[in-house]
Amino acid sequence: MAENDLKILGAWPSPYVMRPRIALNIKSLGYDFLEEQFGSKSDLLLKSNPVYKKIPVLIHDGKPICESLIIVQYIDENWNSGPSILPSDPYDRAIARFWATYIDDKWFPALRGIAAAQGEDAKKAAIESVVEGLVLLEDAFKNCSKGEKFFGGDKIGYLDIALGCFLGWVRVTEKMNNVKLLDEAKTPGLYKWAEDFCADSSVKDVMPETNKLAEVAKIIQAKIRAQASS
Amino acid sequence: MQDLSLEIQFERVALDFSIQGRNKKRILFINFVIYKDLRVEQNLQTNCISLFYRFSTGRMGEVKVIGSSGSVFCTRVEWALKLKGVAYEYIQENLLNKSELLINSNPVHKKVPVLLHDDKPIVESLVILEYIDETWKGYSLLPQDPHERATARFWAKFVDETCVIGSWQAMQAEGEAKARAIESVQELFAFIEKQIQGKKFFGGEQIGYLDLVMGWKCHWLSAMEEVGQMKLLDQEKFPSLHQWAENFKQNPIIHEIMPPQENLVNYFQGGLNYLRSLATNKG
Repeated sequence: MAENDLKILGAWPSPYVMRPRIALNIKSLGYDFLEEQFGSKSDLLLKSNPVYKKIPVLIHDGKPICESLIIVQYIDENWNSGPSILPSDPYDRAIARFWATYIDDKWFPALRGIAAAQGEDAKKAAIESVVEGLVLLEDAFKNCSKGEKFFGGDKIGYLDIALGCFLGWVRVTEKMNNVKLLDEAKTPGLYKWAEDFCADSSVKDVMPETNKLAEVAKIIQAKIRAQASS
Repeated sequence: MQDLSLEIQFERVALDFSIQGRNKKRILFINFVIYKDLRVEQNLQTNCISLFYRFSTGRMGEVKVIGSSGSVFCTRVEWALKLKGVAYEYIQENLLNKSELLINSNPVHKKVPVLLHDDKPIVESLVILEYIDETWKGYSLLPQDPHERATARFWAKFVDETCVIGSWQAMQAEGEAKARAIESVQELFAFIEKQIQGKKFFGGEQIGYLDLVMGWKCHWLSAMEEVGQMKLLDQEKFPSLHQWAENFKQNPIIHEIMPPQENLVNYFQGGLNYLRSLATNKG
């Protein structure tokens, strides 16, 4: 039972839910993980996030905080004696926030676009745009990491969490479409970073296994196809 | 070399008038502006102003904003800098013919606003606001309490992602679709009305981060309402939000940079005409 009254409303396959879980692990904070059932929303979720009705939600001492990156910043600011998640320099923080916004607004939608693409040409175009994004992020990685293992330096930080949570889905997409997204030749920094990230103690227990995620992906795709044809 | 001689002149004037201490430049400037009785040469007077700005920002670096007049995302950055008392150079960007400076500063999105601090670019208006708050102390934009900060960030994201776009869509829509779009937007406004009830500003007694983000609800929303021939911010339905807008607009710093509503009306009308002409050409 958590010393602090901390609960996360979420689901294990969701990359967004992984983010606050990693953050809490970094700060060595215990929490209750309340799993939402796939396809339905609990009363607690609807009450805690009436605006979006989405996971994750962090409930701290009964007060809900929503939106994954906002939750991560909250965790960093509220427990500021633990290891830092955001960089300390304001400019580095701005860079981290910029790329995190890019990942959420542009890059992940492009990744999701691969599954939604109809026909070979559309799929190819979708894959290309994801890879282009990764090339940009490779550059960001070089600038932020300054030769260390992570965007955050020698420890996992905000931008590692923002991007790293999608690695499971990157691997599933690669498997299901027989394509390489994280290419050792094109993005060597990120390729190595991905391994280091997944192996990190704050991450490995919450990163879902690729096979299990692939099963979920198949269920979701079947649902999308059923909706599209009806 | 020129700067050095100005600095020497400045020091000399300060010495002449026995103004000492760390704040002497500020005191000198204030005296100069308010009392205008310092017997200095005209060109030194003019140079005092630029020197003062350079010195007041010089410790904290040179600040520029690349923006486009009428853009609410750019205006909120200027508001933040002014509230913090940070001097900056404003560079007007022609979005139809983007400058090299913009493209180099924001290669990923090529959009305004861009804040340049000692030539280092920071982009995305919400990221810029946080950067401004963290870099220049004094006036606080974000609250201190982590939960309140999370709340402010949540509503800022909500407003930018749903309300602005929703209002634009309602402005464009016609007939049944318009009525539905208006209803959708007003559902969003209802959330925000709850947030401002009982408070003068979203930031409490003074204007803060969330007020600056909500600032579009002033002239921009009114302009969209005029162009779209609709009422979104209904005073009866949203009395607290309406009152907030009045309080916000009256702040002298806010008022100083708020673009005139007529300009925004022209801007939105132009945009709407263009979109409608595209639709007509297609059909």
